[in-house]
Amino acid sequence: MTPSGIDLNLGATLPAVFLALATTVLLLVDVFLPKERRHLTAWLAMGCIGVTFLLTLFTFNLQTTALSEMFIADNFTGFLNLIVLVSAAITILIGIDYMNRTGSARGEFWSLLLLSTSGVMFMASANDLVVVFVALELLSIPLYVMAAFRSNNPKSEESGMKYFILGAFASAFFVYGAALVYGATGTTNLSEIVTAVAGITASGGASLTYLVVGAGLIIVALGFKVAVVPFHMWTPDVYEGAPTPVTAFMSVGAKIGGFAALLRVLVTALPALVAGQSPDPVWMNTVMIIAALTMIVGNFVAVSQTNLKRMLAYSSIAHAGYILMAVAAAGNPLQADGAAQAALVYLLAYTFTNLGAFAVVSAIEKDDGTGTELTDLIGFARSKPLLAAMMVVFMFSLTGIPLTAGFTGKWFIFQSVIDAGLFPLAVVGVLTSVVSAYYYVRVIVNMYLTDGEGDPAAGATRYVNWAIYISFAGTLVLGLFPILASNLTQAVTLVALR
Amino acid sequence: MEMTGLSLLTVVLFLPMVGLTILMFMNEEKQRNAIRWTTFGFSIATFLLSLLLWALHDPANPGLQFVQRNDWLPTFGVSYYVGIDGLGLILVLLTTFIMPLAILFSFTSHIFEERGREKLYYIFMLLLEWAMIGVFVAQDLVIFYIFWEVTLVPMYFLVGIWGGDQRVYAAVKFFLYTMAGSILMLLAVLYVGGQAGTFAVPEIVAGVQAGTLVFPFDGLFSTQSFLFLGFLIAFAIKVPIFPFHSWLPDAHVQAPTAGSVILAGVLLKMGTYGIIRFCLPMFPEASVAWAPVVGVLGVIGIIYGAWVSYAQQDIKKLVAYSSVSHMGFVVIGIFALNAQGMQGAVLQMVNHGISTGGLFLLVGMLYERRHTKDINAYGGIWKALPFFGALSLIITLSSMGLPGLNGFVGEFTILLGTLGSDVLGITFALFATLGVILAAIYMLYMFQKVFLGELDKPENQHLHPMTWPEVTVLVVVVVMVFWIGVQPAIWFEMMDSSTNAIVDSVAQFTPQLTAMLR
Repeated sequence: MTPSGIDLNLGATLPAVFLALATTVLLLVDVFLPKERRHLTAWLAMGCIGVTFLLTLFTFNLQTTALSEMFIADNFTGFLNLIVLVSAAITILIGIDYMNRTGSARGEFWSLLLLSTSGVMFMASANDLVVVFVALELLSIPLYVMAAFRSNNPKSEESGMKYFILGAFASAFFVYGAALVYGATGTTNLSEIVTAVAGITASGGASLTYLVVGAGLIIVALGFKVAVVPFHMWTPDVYEGAPTPVTAFMSVGAKIGGFAALLRVLVTALPALVAGQSPDPVWMNTVMIIAALTMIVGNFVAVSQTNLKRMLAYSSIAHAGYILMAVAAAGNPLQADGAAQAALVYLLAYTFTNLGAFAVVSAIEKDDGTGTELTDLIGFARSKPLLAAMMVVFMFSLTGIPLTAGFTGKWFIFQSVIDAGLFPLAVVGVLTSVVSAYYYVRVIVNMYLTDGEGDPAAGATRYVNWAIYISFAGTLVLGLFPILASNLTQAVTLVALR
Repeated sequence: MEMTGLSLLTVVLFLPMVGLTILMFMNEEKQRNAIRWTTFGFSIATFLLSLLLWALHDPANPGLQFVQRNDWLPTFGVSYYVGIDGLGLILVLLTTFIMPLAILFSFTSHIFEERGREKLYYIFMLLLEWAMIGVFVAQDLVIFYIFWEVTLVPMYFLVGIWGGDQRVYAAVKFFLYTMAGSILMLLAVLYVGGQAGTFAVPEIVAGVQAGTLVFPFDGLFSTQSFLFLGFLIAFAIKVPIFPFHSWLPDAHVQAPTAGSVILAGVLLKMGTYGIIRFCLPMFPEASVAWAPVVGVLGVIGIIYGAWVSYAQQDIKKLVAYSSVSHMGFVVIGIFALNAQGMQGAVLQMVNHGISTGGLFLLVGMLYERRHTKDINAYGGIWKALPFFGALSLIITLSSMGLPGLNGFVGEFTILLGTLGSDVLGITFALFATLGVILAAIYMLYMFQKVFLGELDKPENQHLHPMTWPEVTVLVVVVVMVFWIGVQPAIWFEMMDSSTNAIVDSVAQFTPQLTAMLR
């Protein structure tokens, strides 16, 4: 650090900063592109993602802070950056033809996508509550717009509006929570909060109350973002109404950002927030209860869905519950790193699988946005045998059947939960995944076991197929070689850097 | 950790996968026969190679042979670790023996005329064979769990796509039911691995035996007992042990014939194998403590299965419930926790695979001709198809446990073992004997209704003569029935050193435990 206290260390921030800058340039380029070449914008966006991906690889093994300790670059950041960049790239593949054929193609769409992606990247590298907040907005505001992007469809508008109002509400919760934490500790910097918390828990009093309430409000706000029960109400409507590529990105990107912030705030900054005799942080029980509720509600309600997008919405709620189990396990100081690694592996597994599933949904969706009912899958195995077979793998992966990414993720999570000694939570987790098997298997039943002719799946264009193949490859490779995920995350640790 | 080169066992295990890969690139329309023969060829090649395993296997050595071990996920202590002892060998042989029969029988089946997708069918057959062999050779808990879960997938599709009228219901029920059991096992697996620092079963067992790895035990509800139950429930659902059997009649009845044969022949054995391989040596104290409870369930299964079997009008259901009864014998044989009971149980697993597999083949052949499973639709079939009738009689008698045939040896040894057992004893043996008598009643009832009597129904008078694949599979089954019945010593020799080692691993804990429970 320089004597003046200002330490920019811009190199460490390069991936996120580059993407944000590139996005603004892309916005201008799109305006000046001749109309017949506007389709190039998507590929330029893809190029930006590619460059950012390379930059992330170069900065992957850093372990440092930047921008006066407001920004942090470590393996955690690097890994999450890679995932979100991959999901943005796959989203572009899903979206190119989709936006055209549904009559909602506009250049700004790709800039918004990149902007939201850079929001996630800032979120993953935030070392200050203020940065978390700014990143949260940067991640969310483009998503509100994107959700409403099919302006010719009232459902899409409803989706954007709903998401905006509830999202704004959640942001308010975050600000209030951050303010209370600041009031108690006198700082918004996560590294400094750690030191302050130790003193506060020792002395108790009003500061402790502020801190606990502040942490609670932050959990509520981030709970909205990652869609956990009881803050999940917006999810099914928003997911159903938003254009499918947006839903796909939302279900993955917003979760990556949300969980990054949750892990940073709770595990890095507040591990010592204990009260009474228990050595566990006070937020651990809360997180456990939310995780259990999320898995139960998400999975049970998904059973009764008839629309594929809504079903996947509830399924994504349930998966947030599984990841939250790892957050709870991270409350045990001995397991913090292992649990954080498990959460990251799960996010990676979930990213490939869920994007693949949504890509298949966009393949069967008709131009007017209908055709996403579960019954629309009947005959899919005959009209598109290869895609149907891959959908089977996605469904098994979401269920957690071995040799798929989903199993690897569940395995890591359950290992960390059991090592942390949270047995009741683990039992709830496995039993609800049996429930989840019921509705995932129903997708397979409709594709393979039910007789009938279906539509020819008009949306299965070249790029959508690519998206499905890439997701499939990721799902399979991660299932067969969990060591890859393990190697990428083994150096992840959530200690406060100074 | 020792790293080893390619083992013959790995070749046996992955040969079906090679066949599967080739199948994927074949054309369903143009290469129908090639698809069939490729599948059959690979299953026969797997069988022949497993015979080579038998030839090279040293029965005097109770430990693992043909071991191969390579890192898979070293951070968690998981390795691709395969190997077999006598117990594993006999079950691998059973698997590779049943599979070609099931595949050959499928050649003449009518299911493809109605449902098509023949290529997919054979792909699932080979996938299933791979996963089943994997279950019997895996020596790492996670690898075992993976194979165990993967067997669900092809069986789900076999029942769901090519099954009977209620196939979707039966397939989904089968999937959810068995998954519910096995996923609790996953938690137990992860806990054991987390405590031991490795998932390698031989190392865990060695730790437990030496006292360096302790799962605390102080009664029916303690850490070790919960772990034991975590494994046991998964296995009990697969066996199935009463009261976890309700998926079985549905799955069996709705499955296509080959599926039923594999279910009865191999899949159910995965459960009893799991109990022997994992529950007993890893949790010896809990095994002893819970043995009477499981024994009672086994006896209830024997009698209940037989009773319900007798009441069935659907032949396939009758055979399905008879499985519940027969597997009850295996369960009490295991939990007699002595050498005799254990050997009888393992042999009975093989016997049941062959006899009940054979019975399902018979039912399948009848169904191919008459498209009904109603017992009253038949009668006097012996007169229409005398050779078929004779083969059927032998298989029926074998299932009943007639002396001189295979079923008798297994059941008799189990009863002797139960009688001499410290944990079970004479009451269990008496009730189990009742099951033998009941088996005679329902089996003969079925045989009489179907094969004997007057050939008075016109549709039964002109049945299609037996095709060559049908003759082949039945003759092979009958040969095995006689071979095991006449020369049981061969099979006992193959496994006795291994099963004795497992029994001893439990027995060392028995005295102190009986003292404690008093």
